Amino acid sequence: MIRVTRLALVGALLPLTLAACTSTDEQAPASDDTTTEATDAADGGEGVAESDGTLTLYSGRNEELVQPVLDDFTSETGIEVEVRYADTAAMAAQLLEEGENSPADAFLAQDAGALGAVSAEGLLEELPQETLDLVADTYRSADGTWVGLTGRSRVLAYNTEAVPEDELPASVQELTGPEWTGRVGVAPTNASFQSFVTAMRVLEGEDAAATWLEGLAANDPQIRERNGEIVADVDSGAIDVGLVNHYYVYELAAEQGVAPEELDVALHFFPDGDTGALVNISGIGLVGEQPDADAQALVDYLLSDAGQTYFVEQTSEYPMIEGLEGPAGLPALEELETPDIDLNDLEDLQTTIGMITEAGLL
Amino acid sequence: MALAATAVALLPLGYLLLRTAEGGLPTWWETVATERVARLTATSLLLALVVTLACLVIGVGSAWLVTRSNTPGRAPLAVLLALPLAVPSYVAAFTWVSVSDLWSADPGARFEGFGAAALVLTLYTYPYVYLPVAAALARVDPSQEEVARSLGCGPWRTLTTVTLPQVRPAIAGGGLLAALYVLADFGAVSILRLDTFTRAIFTALSSGFNRSMALTLATVLVLLTLAILWGEGRTRRAGARFSTATVSRPAPALDLGPWRLVGTGTLALVVLTALGVPALSLARWIAAGSSAGQAWDRIGGAAWGSLSASLLGALLTVALALPVGLLAARHPGRLSALLERAAYLAHALPGVVVGLSLVFFGVTVALPLYQTTWLLALAYASLFLPLAVAAVASAAAQAPPSLEEAAQSLGTSPARVFTRVTLPLTLPGIGAGAALVFLTAMKELPATLLLRPTGMETLATRLWSATGIGRYAEAAPYALLLVALAAIPTWVVVRRTGIVPAGAAGPLPGRAVPHPADPAPVEPVVSP
Repeated sequence: MIRVTRLALVGALLPLTLAACTSTDEQAPASDDTTTEATDAADGGEGVAESDGTLTLYSGRNEELVQPVLDDFTSETGIEVEVRYADTAAMAAQLLEEGENSPADAFLAQDAGALGAVSAEGLLEELPQETLDLVADTYRSADGTWVGLTGRSRVLAYNTEAVPEDELPASVQELTGPEWTGRVGVAPTNASFQSFVTAMRVLEGEDAAATWLEGLAANDPQIRERNGEIVADVDSGAIDVGLVNHYYVYELAAEQGVAPEELDVALHFFPDGDTGALVNISGIGLVGEQPDADAQALVDYLLSDAGQTYFVEQTSEYPMIEGLEGPAGLPALEELETPDIDLNDLEDLQTTIGMITEAGLL
Repeated sequence: MALAATAVALLPLGYLLLRTAEGGLPTWWETVATERVARLTATSLLLALVVTLACLVIGVGSAWLVTRSNTPGRAPLAVLLALPLAVPSYVAAFTWVSVSDLWSADPGARFEGFGAAALVLTLYTYPYVYLPVAAALARVDPSQEEVARSLGCGPWRTLTTVTLPQVRPAIAGGGLLAALYVLADFGAVSILRLDTFTRAIFTALSSGFNRSMALTLATVLVLLTLAILWGEGRTRRAGARFSTATVSRPAPALDLGPWRLVGTGTLALVVLTALGVPALSLARWIAAGSSAGQAWDRIGGAAWGSLSASLLGALLTVALALPVGLLAARHPGRLSALLERAAYLAHALPGVVVGLSLVFFGVTVALPLYQTTWLLALAYASLFLPLAVAAVASAAAQAPPSLEEAAQSLGTSPARVFTRVTLPLTLPGIGAGAALVFLTAMKELPATLLLRPTGMETLATRLWSATGIGRYAEAAPYALLLVALAAIPTWVVVRRTGIVPAGAAGPLPGRAVPHPADPAPVEPVVSP
């Protein structure tokens, strides 16, 4: 009976506790009550930009990949970074829902599409020209609201035992042929695959893209939910080849604790500007009231030699600034025969998804 | 109070209406009246139907075996049978896929599609039926069954005409929860590649950043839920019965003879398949991967995050469910039925939609609460209110209202009647409800990611981070701890609800017939 009375008590007190916490938590989400210990280390722009020594970052990229470079940033500048991690798409939806009330100062996204969607609603602020100029036109927003931080190339991952080098296709177009029936892994729900299909629509026309998707769907493809699963299956020999981003091979090697060369999966970069060699980006945009010196300092740091070197070495992605070497063991970004396309032209994902659904791949 | 509680469950609905109204009805109709939506509806409903039927068979069958038969090993099995609920569907599905190479060398025959999704969802959803039904069976006064037996009814006839009708509210409630869970689930259908509404909603959101499309699809899901609620309501109207027990004594166990071993075997098979496949898969991940060490520094903080957020969510949910559940059971009428049904409406919505609606609610109405644990707890309440309402209502339906009336007639104040009579009688149900909410909240991912305080980690979010970049060895400890932590409240509930007779560590000597010395008071069945 004692137990019962206690539970009743909890029930009776709960509304009170809730009410009490409503008032005490009032300041919790706001970050402006933190002491301003850090000076604006990055560009010393007093009077122009506000700095309170903290910033809130919405990261659509994985914590394991991003947190170390943010820690470096904090020890370098003294600016504390509060980070929310979530899936890039869900985070874009969250930002759109929050609108003007968003606690976020910056949005780090896995792909250009998410940045474009948030920017289209007017939620991203324009970046200073000096920042934009660090990155090639192709890899930044036309209206200056986001910049690319790292580049990732679409590749054909192939099992070295199952596919001799001289049998590798020169173009993604070949993958709909009978010699590849049942052998090709794709991840149609993945943003990277959808960007690539969008690029094909832009470069080769709607009909060509639709025909390719139908051909692929008819060729008994191996459909997976994620790129990582494709690479693992190619390595194990369950699939012969797969259309993925280049860095998944490095993730697999890290998990297995071996060098990438020891894996049975290798990378094939499509030559001659084939759509299959599209280079996409992960990027960043500034949210809310700007100029915010802290958020700007973060963008500057991520585009500095130190920030870019981190991504090259730790996530095996291509740097966006000039004068840095690409990841070891990969051809340099300039050597890749990438298709001639501007990422700003890849905004129309709706039509792409409609076509992928139509082809029965989704 | 019941109104306020229901309002919480209706938050996501209000949000959906608001967003749909922005687009206008013609746009809505244009999006909805397509062949794809028709196909999604058919697939989603068929999946819900198949899984619910399978859950009813497994759930009611196993509940009866562990509470009413002399099946050997029923005490440990009673606890183990509840455990699959602790396995998140995304973990379950992923582990099933990743061991499928063991029985099939042909990559073309991948473990996916309707059959795979139905199997996985059944194995991890049947406890929604098993737990409330077992709790109800353990509390049903055996006297009516004894009367039936003494009047010559066979065991089967007694079961179907006397026992099961008495626990009918629990069966119907559990089946409804299972059906709605299937509609709301994303993890299993996405990994097993079955195109259902939730998957289409996520796809619209994640690949087109198309909120209006996603939310329009969600409104159709709400309409499907309405249809299911209507259907379940019709079966329920046939009449719940109050047991008029004044004493609570355990029902005698039926001697199954040689069949009792078959019972043990079947139950063990269910438990082994449901828990063994994930265990095997996680063990392989740890063995094959090199990232397991990463987990140990972080697991403490993540466990604390999971426990605190889920506990707060469970307390809040139960506090909100009490008035709704009691009202529905004690004052049946149009209003109470409406309120109770309304609690279920948001339950079939995927977590991401409920999460987004609370983001909207947070930034427009409750900004001070936004990205605090309180709003996260509110989201859990919104998502999981029916779990607690069903438990409270079915427990209250079994507790005879005559006791409350007697207490009141003796001059006890309503508040005291509640604490001294109603609450003790419904406590097993409340406990089961709280545990269900607690477990389910621990597994929840999409709404947690959207609403957690910045920087807070839970086991589910850690699991998501680690698998996101292929660190399966690191993911395995989080998954194991998640299941282990969830096992504790499960065990407590199973003990408390009396599914396992106190002190019965091993099989009890079975008694085939009621003890002749038990002069059971014969009382008529009361219909409300």
